[in-house]
Amino acid sequence: MANPKRRHSQRRTSTRRAHDHLTRATTSECPNCHEAKLPHRACPKCGYYKGREVLELKEKAS
Amino acid sequence: MRHLKAGWKLGRNTSHRRALLRNLVTSLILEERIETTVVKAKAIRPEVEKMITLGKRGDVNARRLAAGYLTSRDAVTRLFDTVAPRLGDRQGGYLRIVRTGFRKGDGGEKAFIELVGAEQIIDEKRQKRAEARAKRAEEARKAMEEAQAQAGASDTGAAGDAGETKE
Repeated sequence: MANPKRRHSQRRTSTRRAHDHLTRATTSECPNCHEAKLPHRACPKCGYYKGREVLELKEKAS
Repeated sequence: MRHLKAGWKLGRNTSHRRALLRNLVTSLILEERIETTVVKAKAIRPEVEKMITLGKRGDVNARRLAAGYLTSRDAVTRLFDTVAPRLGDRQGGYLRIVRTGFRKGDGGEKAFIELVGAEQIIDEKRQKRAEARAKRAEEARKAMEEAQAQAGASDTGAAGDAGETKE
């Protein structure tokens, strides 16, 4: 059976993992409500896309 | 060559896929806007455009071809009498797909697909739905108030009795 010849140092492990991370999703600003939203999608906060395209959102009852 | 014209399989066999597409196209023509996944919206776009082209031809043969694809007669009538004439001066690009977010549960990306120029009809439908909802809410509120009034009446009655005995 193939086995490691040498001990793997903690540094080696950390160095490899230095680039392991998640990247933040790109967002764009909604021109209607100025919230951050995903680009090319209707705004989940105000339901607008390209000036119109209101989605039916549940109005929060006060 | 039909290279790069694969289309979408949608995880279904041929007959299942054809049935799904026909149903989606029929619903879209009847409703003006449908909510589905992005992939399905993209898959029906060419089919709907073909139907609208048939609708623009408007002859009996076109009508029969459309009737052979769409699943209801109402949809054929609507396609030829309402939808196709409205899009008369457009050369394709009859549809709009807008991504709306991700489905809870499996994270599938949702979108709506609508006929271009259907904004007014969709707004009217939304108005109607909102009115129906308001009416229902009103009725529910009234029913609740009535129930509360009855419950309150019996409560005060009991309280009154209790007060009398104390005196």
